[in-house]
Amino acid sequence: MNTLALAMRMLRRDWRAGELRALALALIVAVTSVTAVGFFTDRIDQALHRQANELLGADLLIASDHPLANELRSIAHQNNLRSAETLDFPSMVVAGEKTHLAEIKAVSDGYPLRGKLYTAPQRFMPDAPVSGIPQPGTVWLDAGLLGPLDIAAGDRISVGEAQLIVAAVLTREPARGGDLFSIAPRLMLNLADLPNTQLVQPASRIRYRLLVAGEAKNIAAYRTAIAHRLKPGERIEGVEDARPELRTALNRAQSFLGLAALVSVMLAGVAVAIATRRFMTRHLDNCAMMRCLGAVQADITRIYVFQILALGLAASLAGCMLGYAAQGVLAQVLGTMVTAELPLPSLQPVVFGVLTGMITLVGFALPPLLHLKHVPPLRVLRRDIGAPPASSLTAYGFGVAALAALMLWQAGDLKLGGYVLGGTAAALLVLTAFALALISALRLLRHRAGVAWRFGIANITRRAQGSVVQILGFGVGIMALLLLTLVRGDLLKDWQKSLPADAPNRFLINIQPGQVLAIHDFLTRENGTEPTLFPMIRARLTGINDEAISANTYTDERAQRLVSREFNLSWGAQIQSDNQLVAGHWWSAAEHGKRVLSVEEGLAKTLGIKLGDTLHYMIGGEEFTAKVTSLRKVEWDSMRANFFVMAPPGALDSYPASYITSLYVPQNQPELMNKLVKAFPNVTVIDVAAIMAQVRLIMERVSLAVEYVFLFTVMAGLLVLYAAIQATLDERIRESAILRTLGARRGQLLTGLFSEFAVLGLLAGLVASTAATLLGYLLATHVFHLPFSLNPWIWLTGIVGGTLGVGLAGLLGTRFILQRPPLEVLRNSC
Amino acid sequence: MPDGSSYPIVRAENLAKQVNSPEGELVLLHDIDLTIVPGEAVAIIGASGSGKSTLLGLLAGLDTPSRGQVWIDGTDLFALDEDGRARLRGAMIGFVFQSFQLLPNLTALENVMLPLELAGRSDARDVSRAVLARVGLDARRNHYPKQLSGGEQQRVAIARAFAPQPKLLFADEPTGNLDRATGKRVADLLFEINQELATTLVLVTHDETLAQRCNRRLELETGRLKVEA
Ligand SMILES: Nc1ncnc2c1ncn2[C@@H]1O[C@H](COP(=O)(O)OP(=O)(O)O)[C@@H](O)[C@H]1O
Ligand SMILES: [Mg+2]
Repeated sequence: MNTLALAMRMLRRDWRAGELRALALALIVAVTSVTAVGFFTDRIDQALHRQANELLGADLLIASDHPLANELRSIAHQNNLRSAETLDFPSMVVAGEKTHLAEIKAVSDGYPLRGKLYTAPQRFMPDAPVSGIPQPGTVWLDAGLLGPLDIAAGDRISVGEAQLIVAAVLTREPARGGDLFSIAPRLMLNLADLPNTQLVQPASRIRYRLLVAGEAKNIAAYRTAIAHRLKPGERIEGVEDARPELRTALNRAQSFLGLAALVSVMLAGVAVAIATRRFMTRHLDNCAMMRCLGAVQADITRIYVFQILALGLAASLAGCMLGYAAQGVLAQVLGTMVTAELPLPSLQPVVFGVLTGMITLVGFALPPLLHLKHVPPLRVLRRDIGAPPASSLTAYGFGVAALAALMLWQAGDLKLGGYVLGGTAAALLVLTAFALALISALRLLRHRAGVAWRFGIANITRRAQGSVVQILGFGVGIMALLLLTLVRGDLLKDWQKSLPADAPNRFLINIQPGQVLAIHDFLTRENGTEPTLFPMIRARLTGINDEAISANTYTDERAQRLVSREFNLSWGAQIQSDNQLVAGHWWSAAEHGKRVLSVEEGLAKTLGIKLGDTLHYMIGGEEFTAKVTSLRKVEWDSMRANFFVMAPPGALDSYPASYITSLYVPQNQPELMNKLVKAFPNVTVIDVAAIMAQVRLIMERVSLAVEYVFLFTVMAGLLVLYAAIQATLDERIRESAILRTLGARRGQLLTGLFSEFAVLGLLAGLVASTAATLLGYLLATHVFHLPFSLNPWIWLTGIVGGTLGVGLAGLLGTRFILQRPPLEVLRNSC
Repeated sequence: MPDGSSYPIVRAENLAKQVNSPEGELVLLHDIDLTIVPGEAVAIIGASGSGKSTLLGLLAGLDTPSRGQVWIDGTDLFALDEDGRARLRGAMIGFVFQSFQLLPNLTALENVMLPLELAGRSDARDVSRAVLARVGLDARRNHYPKQLSGGEQQRVAIARAFAPQPKLLFADEPTGNLDRATGKRVADLLFEINQELATTLVLVTHDETLAQRCNRRLELETGRLKVEA
C-alpha cells in the first residue's frame, strides 16, 4: 500500500482539522529566528570574503607601529608587485575658530591598489569613483568633518603646521566600510604634504602600512620572502585576514546572536513537545481504529514518520522564508556599521535553518509518535487502555540531547558552548525548583480565594508539571525582555553615574617635551586649574626575567593583545592620588634614576608578572631593563590619565617621550580647545564625551539587534502558552460544560480562566524578575565592575506585565470554549 | 479455500479469558465453543457485564485469549502475530461500535475512505461516496463527526464498515448509545445492507428486539455460553 500518499493525505486532513497548528507555528518561529540571524551574518561574512582585497585596499599589506624598512619595498618591486604607502593617526584639524578631531590618512601615489575611492564635489552631491589621490596641497574630507568645522570644499584648513585646501568630499574608501571602529571622521592627504604638518614626532602613535598588489604567485613569493624579515610590531595582513578586528567582532556577534536565537529554539522545543503530546493522545483512538481496520504496526510508524517529516520540512522552509524577510531588519540595524554594501545571502543558512527545525521536531516529536504503534486495537472496545507508557527519558531525553547538540554547534567552540550549556542547565534547574516552590505556596493560598479564583489556582496546582513548563516558558521570555530594556539601561546609567561631574572630559595627547611648560601655563591661565602632564614613552615588552615573550606565549586573548602592542611607560615622583599600592613599596627620592618599575596589578596578573621580576622592553630600537618593585591598583574609570607601568623620574630620561594630560572643560567653554589647538597645532584633543557617545551608540545598536532576536523568544514563549492551552482544551471544554450545568455563571467561568493564567503570569514574572536581577547583579559586579543597585521597576514591570500579558493572552485563547452550548459538549464527550 | 455454506467462517474452541485483578484471578469467559457459517446473522446477548464485548474482541482478534483457539475462514487467528491479525481484519472484517469510533480529525467521507486507503485501493473516494449515499449522508460528507448527531455518526460508521465489503461484520451494541427511534432506523440500515451484501453478521446486544432480527441467538451469562436459545 502506498503509505506515503496516505500519510500526506492524513497530514492534510490533520492540518485542516487544526491539529497541527501549534506544532507548525513553534517550528516556524524557531527556524525564523535562527535563519534571520544566519542570513544576516552570512551576508556580512560574504562581504568580508568577497570584497576582502577591496577592504584591504591591496592584495597584501604590512602594518607596523614604526616606519618600515626600505628593503620591504624593494623586495616588492623585485617581485613585480605594485606598492603604495599609508600613514594613519588621529590629529586635530583647524578651520578658522573651529577645531575637530580627525583620523588623518596620508597616502602615496597609487593608493588604493584595489578598490576605489569615491568623492563628491560638495556635501550632499552625488559621488563618483576617482582615480588618483589628493593633489599635494589639498585634502579630501569626510562629510562628517565639514559640518563641525563649518566649511565646504574649496575652503582652507590647517593640519598641524600645514595649510591645505579642501578639494573634495570623500564618500567611500576601501578598508573603511562602515564606521564601527573609527573614533573620528577621515581626512586624506597626499603623503608629500606630511612633513609640512610636522605631526610625525618620535613618540607619536602612527600606523604605517605598506600595500602591495599583483599576481597571486608573486604575492605568495613576496610573502615567503619577507616572512622572516619582519620585526616585532610588524604584521602581514592578507586577503584571508583582512579586517581582523571586524572578523572577531563578527564572530562574536554571530555566536551571540545565534545563541540568543537558540533561546527561541529551546522554547519552541518545549512547545513542540507539548503539542506532540496532545497530538499523540488525540491519535490514540485513531491508531487503535486503524489497527482494527487492518493497519500493521509498520504502517502506523511509516504514516507518522512521513507525516512528521513532511510537516517539519514544510514548516522549516516557511521559517526560512520568514527568516529571510526578518534578516532585513538586522541588516538595517547593524549592517551599515560593518560595511557599506551587503551582498545577497547564500543558501547556507537555509541548511542550518532546516536542520534546526528538523532536529527540534524529530528530537521532541518522533519518540512519542513512534510509540503510537504500540496502541492495542482492543482500545476500540475499552477506552481506558492506551499504549504501554514510554519512559519520559526516551521521550524527552532525545529532544534535550538534540537541543544541546544544536547549542554546541551554534556556539562554534566547545568551551563557550559548554559554558552556555552548563549555565542554561543550571539556570533551568534553579528556576524549576523556584517555580515548584511557588506552586506549592499557591496551595496554601487556595483556601483564602473566592470560588472563581480558587478554581483557577486549583487548575495550576493540579497540572503542576505543565504549570512549571509554562512558568519557565514565559519566565525566560519576560526575563529576556527585562534584561535588554531595564537592566541594560541601569548598567549604562550606573556607568555614567560612577563618574564625578567634573571628571576629565578631554585628553590632550602628542604634547612635545618642549611644549610642556607652555601648555601647563596655558591651561592654568585659561582653564583655572593646574594640570598634571605625564610623560609617555612607547615601549614593547620583550621579556620577563630570562624568558623572551611574544603574543604566542599567551593563550589569553587580552594578554596576546597587550603583548603585541606597544605600552605607554610613564614616570613620576609621587604615586597618583587615585592609585593604591598593593604590594612592594613606592620609590623614595634616593631611588630616582634607578631602573625600577611599578606595575598595575591587573596587568601583572594577566601577563604573569610578579613582584621582583625583571622586565625587558624595547624602546625605539634600544633595550630597557628594570625590576618590578611595586604593584598598584588603578581606578581606570576615573577618566584621568593612568599607566600600566610607571618608573621613577630619571630612569627613562634618555628616551623620546611625548606628554599627555586630561582635564575637565565646562560645556560653556568650547572655544578653549580651539584656542589651544591653534596655539599648539600638533596637540591632539580627544573628546571623551564624543567617544562615550559612540560607544553608547554601538551598544544601543547591538542591543537593539539582540532585542529584535529576543522578540522571537517572546513569540516562542507565547507559543508555549498556546500549545499548553491547546493541550488542555478538551479537558477544559468538558470541565466548563459540567460547571455550567451545575449553575456556574459565564462571569464566574471567565474569572476562573483569567485567574488561572494571571497567576501563571504572575509567577512567571516573579521568576523572570528574580532571574533578571540576579543576572544584572552578576553582570554589574563581575563584568562591568560597577556598584549594583536594585531596581524596583524590574519587579513591577515583570510581575504586572506578566500577570496582565499572560492573563489576557490565556483568556483570549480559551474564551471561546464558553460559547459552546454545554449540551453539545457533553453529548460529544464520549 | 472452500466457501461452501456449511463451512464455518468463525469457529471457536475452548475459548477462555481470565485476567489478574487485585482480588485475584478473574474469569471473564469460560471455555466457549461456537461455530458461525457464512451468511448467518448471529446475536450474542446477555446482561451488561456478562462478557459479550470480551468475546467479540477475541473473535475479532483484537485481544488474545488465555486459552483456546479461533479460526476465521479457516485461519488460526492466534497462530498469527498482531500484525498478521491486523492484515486479516483489513482483508475481511468490518466493525461497528456502540461509541461509533469515528476519527474526529477526519470528515465523514474521509472516515469511510480510511479502510479502503489502508488497503491501498485507488477507488476509495468513489466507493466511499457511493456507500455514504447509501446510508443517506452524501450531503454531510464534508462534516466532521462532532458536527453530526449520534445517529448520523453511527450511519457513517456503518458505511465505513461495509465500504470494503467485508465477509464478516462485528457489531458491538450498535444502537446502545441511541434513542429508541434512531436506534431502530440505524438497525434497519445495518440489516438491509447486511442482506444486500450477504455479509456474515455477529451482533452483540442486550436489546431483545434487535436480537430477534437475527437468525440465531447465543446467550452469555457471567462468561458462560448457555445452550442456544
Ligand atoms: N481487562 C480486564 N480487566 C478486568 N476486568 C475486565 C477486563 N475486561 C473486562 N473486564 C470485566 O469483565 C466483565 C465483562 O466485560 P464486557 O465483556 O465488557 O461485558 P459486556 O460487554 O457484556 O457488558 C465486566 O465486568 C468487565 O468489567
Ligand atoms: Mg459491552
